[in-house]
Amino acid sequence: MQAVLLIDFGSTYTKVTAVDLNSESILGTAKAFTTVTTDINEGLKNAVEVLHSQIGGTDYTAKFACSSAAGGLKMVAVGLVPDLTAEAAKRAALSAGARVMKVYSYELSTKEAEEIHKLKPDILLLTGGTDGGNKNVILHNAKMLSQIEGNFPVVVAGNKSVAEQVGDLLKQSDKEVRICENVMPEFNVLNIEPARAAIREIFLRRIIQAKGLTKVQSLIDGILMPTPSAVLNAAHRLAAGCGNEKGIGELMVIDVGGATTDVHSIAGGEPARAGVIVKGLPEPFAKRTVEGDLGVRYSASALIEAAGIELVGKRSGLPAEEIMRYVNKISEQPEILPEQDEKLSLVDYGLTSVAVKFAVERHAGKIETSYTPFGVTYLQTGKDLTGIKKIIGTGGPVINSKNPTGILKEAMFESTHPSILKPQSAEFLIDKRYILAAMGLLSENYPEVAIRIMKKELQVL
Amino acid sequence: MSQKTLVMGVIGADVHAIGNKILEYAFKQAGFKVVNLGVMVSQEEYIKAAIETAADAILVSSLYGHGEMDCRGLREKCDEAGLENIPLYVGGNLVVGKTPFEEVEKKFKEMGFQRVYPPGTPPEVTIADLKKDLGVDG
Repeated sequence: MQAVLLIDFGSTYTKVTAVDLNSESILGTAKAFTTVTTDINEGLKNAVEVLHSQIGGTDYTAKFACSSAAGGLKMVAVGLVPDLTAEAAKRAALSAGARVMKVYSYELSTKEAEEIHKLKPDILLLTGGTDGGNKNVILHNAKMLSQIEGNFPVVVAGNKSVAEQVGDLLKQSDKEVRICENVMPEFNVLNIEPARAAIREIFLRRIIQAKGLTKVQSLIDGILMPTPSAVLNAAHRLAAGCGNEKGIGELMVIDVGGATTDVHSIAGGEPARAGVIVKGLPEPFAKRTVEGDLGVRYSASALIEAAGIELVGKRSGLPAEEIMRYVNKISEQPEILPEQDEKLSLVDYGLTSVAVKFAVERHAGKIETSYTPFGVTYLQTGKDLTGIKKIIGTGGPVINSKNPTGILKEAMFESTHPSILKPQSAEFLIDKRYILAAMGLLSENYPEVAIRIMKKELQVL
Repeated sequence: MSQKTLVMGVIGADVHAIGNKILEYAFKQAGFKVVNLGVMVSQEEYIKAAIETAADAILVSSLYGHGEMDCRGLREKCDEAGLENIPLYVGGNLVVGKTPFEEVEKKFKEMGFQRVYPPGTPPEVTIADLKKDLGVDG
């Protein structure tokens, strides 16, 4: 046996997964409460104890971890035009696994600068202007940022013509500055990889330290990435394959949680039919979106506000008053689980279904019909996901539901809303043992093994 | 002298793609940096692209006769977006029917376009005007 331990430090739970590289199988999984405020090792120790009570004590050849503890990787993105560099900056941050607290565009005002100060980002991503394009706004914004107290690092990925100048302005305020390639070097050309790599490098070097996670550093071989980035990694590997291990093709991962719903699509998203004109920023092949108002515990009341109580009522089969009673209860006690309470499980089903429906609707591309003097033409913005054949459900509310199929059906194309380009016919898979983040970690060093384990572990519904 | 940047595209619900490609080629050959937005471009798209790329001019094409409707208000929106001095050029089959070109030109100049071109204008004419207006040597 050659065992590897994969650890996910979450805000609430520390989850551990033990994998045997020889048999390419999961030995076991376990979780315990995260203890980041005292000593993060305690939570880890407890989780490992639970694990070892199931599978027996084991020596590990390697231990890797990802983390979303202590609020995850909090970022602020700054760009010029909202749908252009500001959007590109947001995508770069999301693909690095960050929680994007706010996106700013155009020249920062004093009020906005104060707001950034209060948000206390872990990292700020500053963009603006194509290479050779607008210079004034990013220079202005660098000046504004340099006046903000707080030594958060700044990743500069804007107009290359003034990158050094921007860096000099920021360095006056003792902020660590990392200059990398522009997120939009040419108009409508997306180049998020260098910014993503810079964010990840800073995360490894200083954020885990700032969050009190260094104590575990000596015990493990490293905290490699923020948890959402690990999930995106796993999804990407599973879709694309690696070496001799073939991928399963384009797919979508839907991860419903207490605070957010994440949607990952690993797909080109090109128009499925001819004669469609594509508008807007090009889409990354591996795309992650996060909906902060669609969660089933901390954000349950925001979800009701966004989706309307009627829809949740319809899905759960309960009257509005009853749902509201539960929503108030779970917002106060996010840790309660539906196992003992039949009605709570109905409420959870309602909330989770609606979270999936809305999160996928926002993630998917849209098609607009336009009547021109030459006949009908179609304008597409975002990714066409109609051709996706695999949808993977993960996150507690989905994998513990009695009816995960019902929940995942919400991700499917609706003939009543034909303009939203959701998958038309897809197979549902479920991440029953919650291993995707662990497999994302494992795939850093053992990609083929990770793919084979995922193929075995993800159950077809 | 640094390279000048042009934002160009076919406005409105117009899908004439061929001339657009030819013009892009001609402008690039003439030494301009070209940001081509393609067909079915809205006024907002020209403006957003011009801001991000710090464009030196916006070139609007319209071939399906609805140019007047599509172009109205572009100047005002540019002013609002901080592009007060950006030159606006327009060309193509700008109106339906047999309106004399002088009238068409007058109308578009009143709408805030610096240069207005009739159908069949060779790219060389526009290139020469661009060089003059943007102060490019040669």
